[in-house]
Amino acid sequence: MKRGLILGAVLTLMFVAAALVSFVWTPFDIESLDIPNKLHAPNAKNILGTDHFGRDILSMIMMGARTSIAVALLAVGIGMCIGMPLGLWAAARRGAFIDEFIMRGNDLIFAFPSLVIAILITAVFGAGAVNAIIAIGIFNIPVFARLTRGAALSLWERDFILAARVSGKSSFRISYEHILPNIANLMIVQGTIQFSLGILAEAALSYIGLGAQPPTASWGRMLADAQTLVSLAPHVALMPGMAIVLMVLGLNLLGDGLRDWLDPRMRVART
Amino acid sequence: MKTFQTLIGASAIALTAGIASAQSDITVAIQLEPPNLDPTGGAAQAIDSVLYSNVFEGLTRFMADGSVVAGLAESWDISEDGLTYTFNLRSGVTFHDGTLMDADDVKFSLDRARAEDSTNAQKALFAGISDVTVTDPQTVTVTLSEPNGSFLFNMAWGDAVIVAPESIADIASNPIGTGAFKFDDWVQGDRIEMSRNDAYWGAVPALESATFRFISDPTAAFAAVMAEDVDAFVGFPAPENLPQFEADPRFQVLTGNTEGETILSINNKMPPFDNVMVRKAVAHAIDRQAIIDGAMFGYGTPIGTHFAPHNPDYVDLISNSQYDPELAKKLLAEAGFADGFTTTLKLPPPSYARRGGEIIASQLREVGITAEISNLEWAQWLEEVFKAKDFGLSIVSHTEPMDIGIYANPDYYFQYDNPKFQELMETLTATTDPAGRSAILAEAQEIISLDYVNGYLFELAISTVAKAELNGLWLNQPTAAVDLTGVSWSN
Amino acid sequence: MIRYALSRLISLTLSLIVASMVIFAVIEVIPGDPASFMLGVNAREDTLAALRAEMGLDQPLHVRYVDWVWGMLRGDFGNSWTYKTPVADMIADRVWVSLPLALYALILSTLLAFPAGIYAASRRGRIGDTAVMSATQLGVAIPNFWFAMIMVLIFAINLRWFSAGGFPGWDRGFWGGMKALTLPAISLALPQAAILARVMRSSLLDMLGEDFIRTARAKGLSKRQALWRHAVRNALIPVLTIIGLQFSFLLAGGIIIEQVFFLPGLGRLIFQAISARDLIVVESVVMLLVFVVIVVNFAVDLAYAAVDPRLRTQA
Repeated sequence: MKRGLILGAVLTLMFVAAALVSFVWTPFDIESLDIPNKLHAPNAKNILGTDHFGRDILSMIMMGARTSIAVALLAVGIGMCIGMPLGLWAAARRGAFIDEFIMRGNDLIFAFPSLVIAILITAVFGAGAVNAIIAIGIFNIPVFARLTRGAALSLWERDFILAARVSGKSSFRISYEHILPNIANLMIVQGTIQFSLGILAEAALSYIGLGAQPPTASWGRMLADAQTLVSLAPHVALMPGMAIVLMVLGLNLLGDGLRDWLDPRMRVART
Repeated sequence: MKTFQTLIGASAIALTAGIASAQSDITVAIQLEPPNLDPTGGAAQAIDSVLYSNVFEGLTRFMADGSVVAGLAESWDISEDGLTYTFNLRSGVTFHDGTLMDADDVKFSLDRARAEDSTNAQKALFAGISDVTVTDPQTVTVTLSEPNGSFLFNMAWGDAVIVAPESIADIASNPIGTGAFKFDDWVQGDRIEMSRNDAYWGAVPALESATFRFISDPTAAFAAVMAEDVDAFVGFPAPENLPQFEADPRFQVLTGNTEGETILSINNKMPPFDNVMVRKAVAHAIDRQAIIDGAMFGYGTPIGTHFAPHNPDYVDLISNSQYDPELAKKLLAEAGFADGFTTTLKLPPPSYARRGGEIIASQLREVGITAEISNLEWAQWLEEVFKAKDFGLSIVSHTEPMDIGIYANPDYYFQYDNPKFQELMETLTATTDPAGRSAILAEAQEIISLDYVNGYLFELAISTVAKAELNGLWLNQPTAAVDLTGVSWSN
Repeated sequence: MIRYALSRLISLTLSLIVASMVIFAVIEVIPGDPASFMLGVNAREDTLAALRAEMGLDQPLHVRYVDWVWGMLRGDFGNSWTYKTPVADMIADRVWVSLPLALYALILSTLLAFPAGIYAASRRGRIGDTAVMSATQLGVAIPNFWFAMIMVLIFAINLRWFSAGGFPGWDRGFWGGMKALTLPAISLALPQAAILARVMRSSLLDMLGEDFIRTARAKGLSKRQALWRHAVRNALIPVLTIIGLQFSFLLAGGIIIEQVFFLPGLGRLIFQAISARDLIVVESVVMLLVFVVIVVNFAVDLAYAAVDPRLRTQA
């Protein structure tokens, strides 16, 4: 069990480190194109090879890590910061109109095909990292809202909460002082899972051209650019694909590992 | 009698087909699907690609080498003053629904195109027509308001094909023309099927049937050709794969030219681009060859002005805008932009624009100009760049033949306003003798080159990948067309 | 049960109404003039105006909304602006590609996932379990469009066992159509199978710890008999929910896969319609997809309640 957690942590940290390092240094500057040196296979100078514009692929992947992590992280942030309060509110007012309203709202968002809406949003407001964050973030909100509500509901029945209510504390204070800390573990685990889903979503959006725009590097777009070159220079398609797989794998292992470590009886939602 | 002749003809064909056992059907892929099947009602090139010369024909027509020859009009007389054209139509031509093609249909087509509420995208082609008269069933007289040396050329365009009032109602989904192939079926999103018109007035085509398929994705295109799902791909979108096809004995690669001048459009009314020195700096910052190599994998011919290099009237003015980043920086400093500036670079979907754009942005960055890239869909590009003129730079390929006249329109999206040039274009329209026209065209090319109106990049090449046994496919694209009338299999 | 069903039905209707309003509102905001796009770069202002009038863009908003909803209820989805044919016909054509694809992917993913999940649960903690879990971890992490790319490279271009894409049409033979859908279905099915296998496994493991299982074991049933006769049946409940949800995802999520394999399905229709600013098509297809998802959820809720009476009180 522990092996998964460690492997996951190592993989995740590797990419986070690559992303952070890219702010100060990358092996080559990806903004200067070197067309005569395009499509070189991995060699001593370019460890992962060069792409169709002569750019160093390792540097592109480091910069791409930055993009993927930023988008996925902020999208989870949106989901948590809006979804959790909504879920807590719904649980505190269980059965009342606001509870119904929030749950129906959740169901409504769940009903929409997320990719189509993401395409619509980027078509309305323009393609780019910011709109990708919003598009993915919107679909994180009902996940956290539903999870929070479910977990909070079971906590509301517990004795120590009853005690707090009897002592006169408002629902608001109870929610934030007592319920929230107790569901923190669940949120962390779910957050990790939504983070990994966010990486995949960002890759998909970038792949169809609606994510971060050039010259910002993005793994999904690297894959799209590489498609016609797959039979000519497979490394251009393999490297970003592997990066996505390893990052998502790392996050999933981390999430599962955390769940087992923090509380083996926890049930997390996987949409 | 006619039936008997048709039977003899049909059996002869069947016999020879049997004897030769040559393949008689073809599946051709192109990138874009036509939105409808009316070449006179919409601007999408794809409509012409499928239907021009196959299903529909005009008074005159383009041949593979770009020359204009007789079409439905067998011959014509032009009056001394250049204002009256008398067309003698071929007799015995029928539309695919059996109705006869005569002068009434020609009048109907021309009047429909130039009407107030016409949705014809090239209304300007018909604007000079003041009257169309039916003299007799085989003769039409067209009167122009002023002489136009390009009139016969204009009538060869896909937007000027002859249609019939009997079938006009459904033309967008059931096109009835006079061509060598008749339309059979359109499975939207997938294919259009047509078959040989045995009642055709001219030489019956070798092919019995043809299917057009629409594959916009470059990877899917590559896969489709490799897997032999299609027999030919006209306008293959991924030049990087062409060497592979060339090395494969199953296929042949035809690379020809188009009338597409690919340019870096500059918004001449948006500061700092209203300063010719800044535009000159941009021109010298660009390395054309790097763009051709990086974006088009070497396919494309550099141009120094807005004119097709394969055209005999082309003047080589590339020396006016050689790659010289040092000179570019110097010019920017002189113009007051020693620290550079920021602008927008809005790109439509084709890969020449998307890839070319990334390369140009990088080259501009070297001289201090920061170009922010926005990748737009065609609809957005039309909205923002073409209509609202809200852009600094853009990249697009202008594929209409002989369109240097757009520089005489100050409202055209790049907003170049030079009265001298506008006068020159008016003189051109009135000039009909070839020597005079050449001289005027040369002067026109020089003016727009030295004024650095736009960054002239390259003439778009068109690559067709086809099975080795196919003959008769057009090498070049003098107009948007996939003319199958002369195509046959040699197996 | 009837009361529960009725309350869910009311909820369903409300959701549909709100969804239609949201869809209509969002789409009316999209900038871009369809007339300009259709007529192209050289078109003149008067021809643009003529086309705009023909498309009804000059009517007030609420009139257009009511017309739209009323039309949909009667099966009239309007006419596509780019193709000038009824949207209902276009949807009907494409549904016969997207629906079979989704079902095919669903069947494949179920066939892969169920045995894998059951096997892993029965071998809990041992090598077999770890192997399956590792495989599913990998499966979940692979982007399906990348997987599709690799499969096309291997099976279509190199081995030529399958065509690289395209759809010959059902009228040319059932098996021809299924062959064309095979690579796409596998691309869609793989990540879904991975998720499903994990859910199956964890759901089974929960069941195996339940009281009624212990009772069954106490009664003398072998571990294997307990697994099959009781655990699997009860574990199916959450699994069925997931399948129901996945179906909606597969229908809509095929957009990218349909692009890669150039299949003329609903996903590609939406993408092309958005690029072409064909708002009528976009509105109708999104509404249809939302309708399918809401109805499938409703059906799953009812099935769930029919199986587990405890749920009926949680309206």
